[in-house]
Formats: sequence, structure tokens, C-alpha cells
Amino acid sequence: MIAFVGLVIGVVVGLILQPTVPVQLQPYLPIAVVAALDALFGGLRAKLDGMFDDRVFLVSFLSNVVVAALIVFLGDQLGVGAQLSTAVVVVLGIRIFSNAAAIRRHIFKA
Amino acid sequence: MPDEHVPDDVPSPDRDVPSDSPHASDVHPRHAAEGGDEQASDDDVPGRGTPGRRHTFASLLRPRLNTSQLIVAVLCAALGFAFIVQVRQNQSDSLSSLRQSDLVRLLDDVTQRSQALEREYSSLRVTRDELQAGSGSQQAAIKLAKDRAATQGILSGRLPAQGPGVTLTIEEGTQTVGAATMFNVLEELRNAGAEAVQINGVRLVASSWFALAGNSLVVDDVPVTSPYTWVAIGDPDTLAPALGIPGGALAAVRSQGATAEVKSATKVEVTATREPEDPKYATPVPVSTAGTKR
Repeated sequence: MIAFVGLVIGVVVGLILQPTVPVQLQPYLPIAVVAALDALFGGLRAKLDGMFDDRVFLVSFLSNVVVAALIVFLGDQLGVGAQLSTAVVVVLGIRIFSNAAAIRRHIFKA
Repeated sequence: MPDEHVPDDVPSPDRDVPSDSPHASDVHPRHAAEGGDEQASDDDVPGRGTPGRRHTFASLLRPRLNTSQLIVAVLCAALGFAFIVQVRQNQSDSLSSLRQSDLVRLLDDVTQRSQALEREYSSLRVTRDELQAGSGSQQAAIKLAKDRAATQGILSGRLPAQGPGVTLTIEEGTQTVGAATMFNVLEELRNAGAEAVQINGVRLVASSWFALAGNSLVVDDVPVTSPYTWVAIGDPDTLAPALGIPGGALAAVRSQGATAEVKSATKVEVTATREPEDPKYATPVPVSTAGTKR
């Protein structure tokens, strides 16, 4: 419940402050958001599985974000930033889908 | 799923992430040492330490306040914040988030487009200049034609005229002034450079003639009677002496018993007009075969 409240608070704060993303961070923010979404879905699934741990969630959340951004950064340095971004988004998308499927089984038993 | 052998604290997304495996092994002994029931009462998370029990979705919605929930809430807040920032960024300025190669391609497109527009602009400007020059020369030609029309209108008697000149009044005595004498006056005025001449409201032009019909004078089929009032536009200082030359035009007029009076003025008006007739026989010589002017 508090997680949902936190999510709502973050959205509201973002809407109110309307910050601009620094130019250096602009390629990484969308990837980081997708990675964080993956961690969030993973945490939700673990919670429903009854094996949730806040430390693991914290570490996986942060490492997901950092690793995703790092991969895109390396891709940019190597000149394949666009392709690696796509790869990261595809992989994270698959994971989000599988996690969402597991969550769905928990909720709807189907 | 063999729950007894899987570390309880490892969320499912991390199970296939290799970097999390040391962490998982780090958690596992602590968890095993503390014991499931203690952990559960400590964190108030039902079923966390007891394998086999599952959360229901409804239980997730129950508000609980502890460290783990706070951490999750903070992370979720960060995620929501970043998400909304990115969404807004994407909506507001799509160009700044593009990659270098895309930007280069976009720049090429824009450059080509602007070059095409530049070419169109210069060609249109050339057309506009041509049109303006055309209308300019046309206007100059119209102005020249108007000027010529005014000049020739005055010379041919088609237009009324004004300017410096003389007024000559001839009053007959007992004797009628002869047509030849009057024509002599006209010739004297022309010699002195008169540009427009009228007598008693009759404009005198190149084809004008004087005749005597009985005792009265006829000018261009119009009978005129004494006193004759001549109006001539030209240099007064030339016209007046030319008329008054001893043995000249006015001397001949006076010798026929008439009185003549010349008045110079800085402004006289020749109001009579004559519509010139189109020549019946003469036609202009074509320009290519025309000789030198005058």
C-alpha cells in the first residue's frame, strides 16, 4: 500500500516540479525507467510468491538501473547506442512480461 | 516449486541475474539463523519467513509501516518521478533526446530543404525584379508619352496654354486691315518664337489662314471683327520688340489707319483650342528608313 502511495507521490512531485533532464542523462533515463519497472514487477511477483526481501529489492532495483544505464553508455561510446538500447528494452520487456504473467497467475489463478 | 530450497528473500527477477547470487547466499545464512517466526513477527510480514504461505493480492493493499515498506515506497516514488519526468521530456522536446546519427540525418534533410527553398527564393526574386523593371520601363514610357502629348498638344493647338507673353490689341480705323497684314503679324510672332497664339478666341495653328470676305476678316472660317485681340505666349522681351520693328508688322497695321497696342505680361492665357485633323495624305515615314531628326 505504501508502495502505491510512494508511486503516486513520485508522479505528483514530477508533475509539480516539472524538472528538465540534463542533456548528458537524456539517453539513459528512459532505459533506467524501464529497468526500474522491471525491478518493480519482479518485487511484486516475489511479494506474491511470499519471498520478498527489501534488501534484495533495493539492490536489484539500483543495480538494474545502473547496469541498464551503463550498457547504454557503453553502447554510445562504441557507436551502437541505439541498438544496445533496443536490446536492453527487449530483454527488460521480456522479463516484465514473464513477471506480469506470474503475477497474473497469482491474482486470477489462471 | 521447491520452496524449502529456494532462498526466501530473493525476488524472482533476481533469480536469473547472476550478480545477485552472492547476495542471495549472503542473505540465506542470516535468515536461516534467525528463524522464520522471529522474522515474521519482527517485520510484520505474514508468511515471509514461513515457506509455503503465499500472499494474496488483497493483503498487499493493507497499509503496513516498517523499514522495508518505506524503502519500497521511496524507490517507487523515485520510479514514478523518473517516469513522469521522462514522459514530459518526451512530450515537450523530442529533438533533444535524439541520437547523434538521427540528428545528423535530420540536419541533412533540413539543409537540403532550405537549399531548395533558397533556390526557389532566388528564382522568384529574379522574376520579381524582371517584372518590376518591366513595369518601371513601361511607366517611364508612359510618362514620356504624356510629356510629348502635352508638348505637341500645345504646339498643335489641342490644349489650352499659359505662360509669359504679350497681348496685342488692334483697333481698326475707317479702313479694314488686310488679311495679308494680319498674317504678317502672325508670321512676325512666329519668327519671334511665339509658341501658342490666338486671335479673338481663334487658336492659330500651322494650317491657319486669313481672308477677307467682303469687308470683314475671316480666320479659319471664323469671322472676326475689330478690335482684334492677339494673345501670344513666348518671350515678351523678344515678341514686343519684334512686333515694333520700324517698317515691320505693326508699322504696316498702323499705315492702314488702325491703332495697335502691345502689352507684355508674365502670364497670359491662350484658352482657345483646336482639334487637329488627321492628315489625309501624309503618313509617318517608317522609323528604320527615317532620316536624321530635323
